[in-house]
Amino acid sequence: MRHKLFGLLRRIGLLILVVWTVVSLVTILIELVPGDPAVAVLGEQATPEQLAQFRTKHGLDRPPFFFGFPADEHGQRHFKWYGLSNRYDDYWVAILHGDLGKSFRTDQPVFNLILERYPATIELAIVAMLIAVAIAIPLGVVAGKNRGTLLDNFLSVIALVGISLPSFVIGPMLVYLFAVKLGWLAPSGRFEWSDIILPAVTLGAALSAILTRMVRSSVIEELSEGYVRTARAKGLSERAVVYKHVLKNGLIPVVTVLGLQLGVLLAGAIITEKIFGWPGLGLLLVEDGIGKRDYRIVQGCVLAISTTYIIANTLTDMLYRWLDPRIRVS
Amino acid sequence: MNRLSIIGLVIVIVFVLVAIFAPWIAHYDVGATNLAMRYMPPSAAHWFGTDSTGRDIFSRVVFGARISLEVGVIVVLVSAFTGTLIGAVAGFYSGWVDSLLSGYVFNVFLAFPGLLLAIALVAFLGAGLNKLIFALCIIGWVGYARLIRAQVLKVREYDFVQAARALGAGDFRILFLHVLPNAIQPLIVQASLGMAGAVLAEASLSFLGLGVPPPAPSWGVMIEEARDLSTLQAAPHALIFPGLAIALTVLAFNFIGDGLREYLDPRQRRR
Repeated sequence: MRHKLFGLLRRIGLLILVVWTVVSLVTILIELVPGDPAVAVLGEQATPEQLAQFRTKHGLDRPPFFFGFPADEHGQRHFKWYGLSNRYDDYWVAILHGDLGKSFRTDQPVFNLILERYPATIELAIVAMLIAVAIAIPLGVVAGKNRGTLLDNFLSVIALVGISLPSFVIGPMLVYLFAVKLGWLAPSGRFEWSDIILPAVTLGAALSAILTRMVRSSVIEELSEGYVRTARAKGLSERAVVYKHVLKNGLIPVVTVLGLQLGVLLAGAIITEKIFGWPGLGLLLVEDGIGKRDYRIVQGCVLAISTTYIIANTLTDMLYRWLDPRIRVS
Repeated sequence: MNRLSIIGLVIVIVFVLVAIFAPWIAHYDVGATNLAMRYMPPSAAHWFGTDSTGRDIFSRVVFGARISLEVGVIVVLVSAFTGTLIGAVAGFYSGWVDSLLSGYVFNVFLAFPGLLLAIALVAFLGAGLNKLIFALCIIGWVGYARLIRAQVLKVREYDFVQAARALGAGDFRILFLHVLPNAIQPLIVQASLGMAGAVLAEASLSFLGLGVPPPAPSWGVMIEEARDLSTLQAAPHALIFPGLAIALTVLAFNFIGDGLREYLDPRQRRR
């Protein structure tokens, strides 16, 4: 019991350490911008007063870190201690107050912008996941039950093709087929309920392929277990054996993959949202952030997506331990 | 080797040859626009048709293979080398070195979705081929490091390693002459899948406008330029051919990786 508690504390400690590092990395990303971020945002023709005002407003006139090596008038660099008056510290204090800074362009709080866009991305990721699961379970079971047959090989190749086709190829092709040729669905936007179909299918395609492969190998592994023989021996129909017994056990690894893939979906949503003009975090990152060099928005979006990813992974790990007692014991 | 990996190998060889001999295979200048010839369907003169500015799609796909494979090879080589070194050190020395590397550093890198970290890096560094390669290496090495660490942990317990130590061999000699050569086999699988990942990532970032800047014939750029509604309507082939090129390349490396994995892991082969 004590050992278990220690393990849990260790995990929580590591989680805090990882989150701290990720946030730190994101905060110092802005230091990577070649040249002056103020010039990058306002342009070469901005007056020195405008640049100075911009720097003061966004705290860019403050030193980047607790210490630095500024050059003196002879070009010599010396160590200098700035104390708490630095951008890294500013950023942390702000984050702990739920403040992710203001947009460099519109002065809107980045936190509000993210909150506004977040639901659309989560909605897209969840529908994509549901579509992927709905496709993967029946296909994986059929492939696993018929291992080695022509059908199995065919499904396996389809799955590999699905993994290899990137969303930015599938997406425009779906647009071409269903919006341009058939005219059934809108090519972009988020106005009617049907608008989510194309982006969700695009985002979920690769996941459904990965899951199909997982379900297949899971089913194959479980079918060789002793309890399957018992179930068959007591006269259960093959259908009941597969769907009541095999699938139940076989889905445990699939749950893990699903949880881990949620983060991948969130990152993949960046591309899907761009293709379909889906107003989520990804579009905010690509169009308002990267496209307009609004670095505060980029920082905020990267932070929001990676934090969601870390939380999803941790929850998945806990769920996995709870689902499979064998892991709990070991 | 199974049939699919042979197919994969053939596709990869074709793409490598195309990339090497691109100037002799492509008939047109990849940047030469010709508005009179825009949206031409595939024909004898333009095998894959022309795009919205009249550029020859076949020539652009051919030269695009160069960019994709160049990025793929550099990223895989650099990340495999760095990952192997770091993973080997973590696995061989264990103790606090391992706790720091595999317990903390690996976890930090795995805490980011790879693509997001690459996007973030390039967004701040500015777009460009070198920066893109750098970003992909930053996200790429962890996979190799984890793999090699696990392998080294296993191999260093073998009798021949103990024997070498008993004979008085130093850490450096044991690690590089005895442990690593016996630990790097699964690296080939990872490298093959890594090529698929790098080609895909390059195209993704270029598609987002964060990779190779537009006139360059990156497959990702070509898809981005072909997906507006008027081009989709007039010339769907402008989307299909670069899309097919990406899919085939990624598929081929995945086939090879899968085949190699099965070949190296007899447990999977029986299945």
